[in-house]
Order: sequence, then structure tokens, then C-alpha cells
Amino acid sequence: MTLREIIAMVVGASPRENPWGIVAEFEGPGQLLAAARALRQAGYRRYDAHTPFPVHGMNEAMGLRPSRVPLVALAGGVTGAALGLAMQWWINAVDYPLVISDKPILSWPAFIPVTFELTILLAAFGAVGSMFLFNFLPMLYHPLLKHERFGRVTDDGFMLSVEARDPRFEPQATRELLASLGGDHITLLEP
Amino acid sequence: MSIAADTRLPQIPRPQEEPLTEGRQDFHSITESVCRITEYKTNRIWLAAFGFAVFWLMVMVSMIAYLVWTGVGVWGLNNPVGWGWDIVNFVFWVGIGHAGTLISAILFLFRQKWRTSINRFAEAMTIFAVMCAGIFPAVHVGRVWVAYWLFPLPNQMGLWPQFRSPLLWDVFAVSTYATVSAIFWYVGMVPDLATLRDRATSRIRKIAYGVFALGWRGSNRHWNHYEAAYLLLAGLSTPLVISVHSVVSFDFAVSVVPGWHTTIFPPYFVAGAVFSGFAMVLTLIIPAREWFNFKHLVTLRHIDNMTKIILATSLIVGYAYGIELFVAWYGGDPYEMAIFKLRATGPYAWAYWTMVFCNVVVPQVFWLPWARRSIPLILVASVLINVGMWFERFVIVVTSLANDYLPSSWGYYSPTIVDILTFIGSFGLFFTFFLLFLRFLPIIAMAEVKAILPQANPHHHEPPAAAIGEERHG
Repeated sequence: MTLREIIAMVVGASPRENPWGIVAEFEGPGQLLAAARALRQAGYRRYDAHTPFPVHGMNEAMGLRPSRVPLVALAGGVTGAALGLAMQWWINAVDYPLVISDKPILSWPAFIPVTFELTILLAAFGAVGSMFLFNFLPMLYHPLLKHERFGRVTDDGFMLSVEARDPRFEPQATRELLASLGGDHITLLEP
Repeated sequence: MSIAADTRLPQIPRPQEEPLTEGRQDFHSITESVCRITEYKTNRIWLAAFGFAVFWLMVMVSMIAYLVWTGVGVWGLNNPVGWGWDIVNFVFWVGIGHAGTLISAILFLFRQKWRTSINRFAEAMTIFAVMCAGIFPAVHVGRVWVAYWLFPLPNQMGLWPQFRSPLLWDVFAVSTYATVSAIFWYVGMVPDLATLRDRATSRIRKIAYGVFALGWRGSNRHWNHYEAAYLLLAGLSTPLVISVHSVVSFDFAVSVVPGWHTTIFPPYFVAGAVFSGFAMVLTLIIPAREWFNFKHLVTLRHIDNMTKIILATSLIVGYAYGIELFVAWYGGDPYEMAIFKLRATGPYAWAYWTMVFCNVVVPQVFWLPWARRSIPLILVASVLINVGMWFERFVIVVTSLANDYLPSSWGYYSPTIVDILTFIGSFGLFFTFFLLFLRFLPIIAMAEVKAILPQANPHHHEPPAAAIGEERHG
């Protein structure tokens, strides 16, 4: 019994009846942007644009909220600063007090460089870690990656994908909508 | 009617901006020119170069093995010069790395679009240079097997590092720098690795690039977070890169050794680092664009811009040399004055004047516009600048230690053959990794270059040929 059959058993439907979604190709960034806007106006929410580079204005067209990555980076930076300062204070002033050139035990100016470096380090970890987390990456398996023509997206292809989970999704109607927006090579994808 | 005609602003002819890529590029042609470098059958020249690099890497490994086996005494270090080529090489390599971060982070924040053709290349250089740099201080601690004492790890001896020491700040600065640079480089490369994945024909390439591309799908929901993270990394790397060489300079400036104890050191070191790094980028990219045939992506305009930065940083470095002398005289400290007099006229005068010639005199040629576009001249100048910057560190490290307060403890430092072979070997390490990078990774940030093409703008309409350059969107 394959994994897919097990999943089908649990979910209670065969995968053929339940497509993952639909994908359509567009000519260029301009057409893609217009189509993405139109999909949103048509009430679609679970859809995505796939492009070789970030297309200017696409976030607004899709109605995406600004990324929360900066907040996590800020949290990382604050943690780094607090941790760095606390660590040095505890190590050099509490656990193993050292008198260096007759400076006070808690001579915080000397602790700034390391505090600064740890602030940067943890903020960077926060930025990159949250980026991967929010994007659910790494994800080495994805229905889109099985699509033959999908490889063009990392070269010069511009595609829209609409997930079947979208309440508006209707294989025939969605296909027609995408075609009317200029979509080409419209394909239904299996999960 | 006539009023309207009169009040119309005169048409000011806009200077035609030189395009960032040459020829008629589209998205696919960029993918082709970058990807095919990794897809060719390995050629003999690459193999020969790689073999040569690995040979020198092995020389370095054997020299380090010999040192670990015998002791640091195999180097030319002795009283009074306890820091010699090891620290010179460390500062030299860390400095090289700085141009990579400057190009990838600072120029990104300043929206300098020309950086996109060279940033990947320069970032790779940064990472490999920092690797070379890290080896020298790690080895010179003597007992390398206890080098982990540098980190605040709880241990059975109940000992902790001393956080008021610049040498420890250096540990944190350089390791943070190496980590953040590597992350920045990798994150920037993920979309391009996905391009290589999607073009892969052999199973091994599919798996290797597939794993490192992390399943990237070019999704706009992903780009949203990705661009935020990338911008933040650029913002974080900018103060980081400045802090790293500042902290390296603290190793000297916080001491009381004459010639080291100056407040000008941090900015002077950072400018010197950027200066040497750009020279190294040019030394590497000029042959690479020739051999791998991407002259249409790294154009003479890019090279011209880099030589301008070299000229600017050379002026800063030259100013720093001058102000050092001035402050030594103006400050009235006899030891300070003596050391600078010795630098210019003493036993190391040959090194001092080599430094001045390479770093201050040679770059002046870049005032001439034709010189900024003459490839052979730029190559020679960039190599000379690297020589000069190595000598700058040599002058700083060695002269001050060799001649400090007590004339009775003066000495003359000479490296041993182990010093020399280790240094040459570090180029082997650098080029081993660099050649692997050139062979297997996308050496130009494809996604970023595509994004600056005019047709990447959603409002772009194919212009008639005459209109190109007249209207620039975005």
C-alpha cells in the first residue's frame, strides 16, 4: 500500500477526485500582475504567483500583509543584546570577577563590542529562521514541483496556482477564469 | 494657446545611462549564460588550476601540521616581535572579505543596481577570505587543541574568558561575521539553486541542487518574506562589517604600543579593508569574466564603478597615513614620533615605501577615465594594491613591536620558510574553494539581475528601439 493510498483512506477520497489545484502560465510580469489582481477581485484567496524574481507590486495585487519577519528579527536582536550583556556581566563580574587595569568590575563599556556582535547574530538568525519558517521551507515535496512545465518559473516563466482548498475553487470555472485572464497551459495538478 | 506653449519646460536632454547588461538580454538568456558555466564538461584548464590550488592547500596543511607537532617556534616569532606574519595575514584576509559585504549589503541599501552582477562573486570571496583569515589566529594560539577556550563554554576548570580583552571581541566579531556572511550568501543563492535544480539533467545534480534549493517555488508569498529577510540581512551586515574591522583594529589600538595606540585606527582599517577587497574582486573577476564568458553581465561599467571606489578608499587610506604622521608630531609624544620616523627611515623603510607606493601612488591612475576601462592596467594595479595592503599590515604589526620603548629590546623580524609557505598555502585554500564555487554554483545572482532588466517591470511595454534609455521606470 503506497503512502498516497493510506492518505486517501484516511481522508476518505481518492486523490484523482481531489486535485491539489490548478496552474496557469502567463506571458510576462504585467499580465501576471493583472491576473493576480483579477483573481483576488473574483474572491480567490488561496492562490499564489510564481515568478523567477520578485515582481514589483505583486504583494499589493494579492493583498498580502507586510511580512512579519522584521518583528522576529527585532526580537532576535533584543534577545542577543540582553543575553550578551547578561552573559558578560555574570561571567566577568559575578562568577569569575576580574579586575583589569583597576576598572570597576562592571565596566560595561568594555562589554559593548561582544554585545553588539551577539545582537547582530541573533537578529540575523531571527530574520532568516523566521523567513524559512513562515515559508514552510525546506519543503522538498510539493505538487507543483512535479508539474513538468513548472521548471520554467525559475527561468523565465510566470505562473499562477490556485489551490483546491480555496472555497471558490471549481475545476471548470477556475480554468475558464484563468483562460479568460490570458492563462496558457492550464493544468489540473494532483496532490 | 501661446502661453501654454511658452510655459512648457524646455526639453533637457537626459544623459543616456549606460545599461547594466550589454546586448539584448531577456530572462532566459541570463539563465543560460550563468547556468551553462556549471553545466559544461569540466575542462582541463579548470582541472589544472584546481590541482594547483589543492597542491598549495596541502602545503599549508602540512605546514600547520608541522607547527602543531613542533610548536609555534617554527615561525619567525620571537621577542620582541610576538606577532608576525600570522597576524599580518589574518588582518590581510579579513580585510579582503570586506568588499564582498560592502557590495552585497551597503550597495544594496543604497539601491546601487549595478551591484547585482558582482555581489554573488564578491560574497563568495568574502567567505573564503574569512576562512583563510580564521586559520592564522587559530593556529597562532599555539595549543590549537584548546582553542575552544576562547569561547565562553562552561568547563571543569571553572575558568571563563576575559571579556575586556579586544582579542576576545575579535573572536566574537570574526565568528559572527563569518556566520552572517555565509547565511547572507546562501539565502541569496536559494532561488538560483532552484534554477539549477530545474535545469538539472543528471540524477546527482537533481538531488544535490534539489536539497540545497530547499524546494523553492518562486512563490510570491515566499518572495514577500524573502525580500524582508534579505533587506534585514543587508541592514544587519552593514554595521557588522564596519564593526569587524574596527574590532580588528582594537587589537592594536587598545594597547599602549607606540604606533598602535591611535583613535584613527577603526575608520582607517575599515577603509583599507574595503580598498583591498575591491582590488581583490577586480583581480578575480577580470579573468573570470573572460574565461567564463559573462562580459555582457559584468560590463566595463561595473569595472569602472569599482575602480572609482578603489580611488576613493585609496584617498582615505592616504589621508590616514598622513594624519598618523601629523598626529605623531602634533601629539608631542617622543615614542610616537620615534616610531613613525623609524617606519619611514628605519630598517623597515623598504616596506613602508612599498606600502605608500602601492596604496597611495598607484591608484591615482584611476583619475583618468581611460585607465578605469583599461583591463590590463586595472589588473596590474589591483594586484599591486593587494601587495601594498599586505605591506600596510606588515608595517603596522612588525615595526611597532620591533622598536618600542626600550632600545635594548629592539630587534629585527624575519619570517621563516614555514611562515612563507603557510601564507602562500592560504591562497591555495582560498582558490580551492573559489574554483569549486566557480564550477558548481551560480556565480551571478540570476534572480537579481533578471529583476533589474527593463522587462521585469510589470508596467514595461516593449519599447520601439529608439525609445530605449529615454524612459526609465521604477
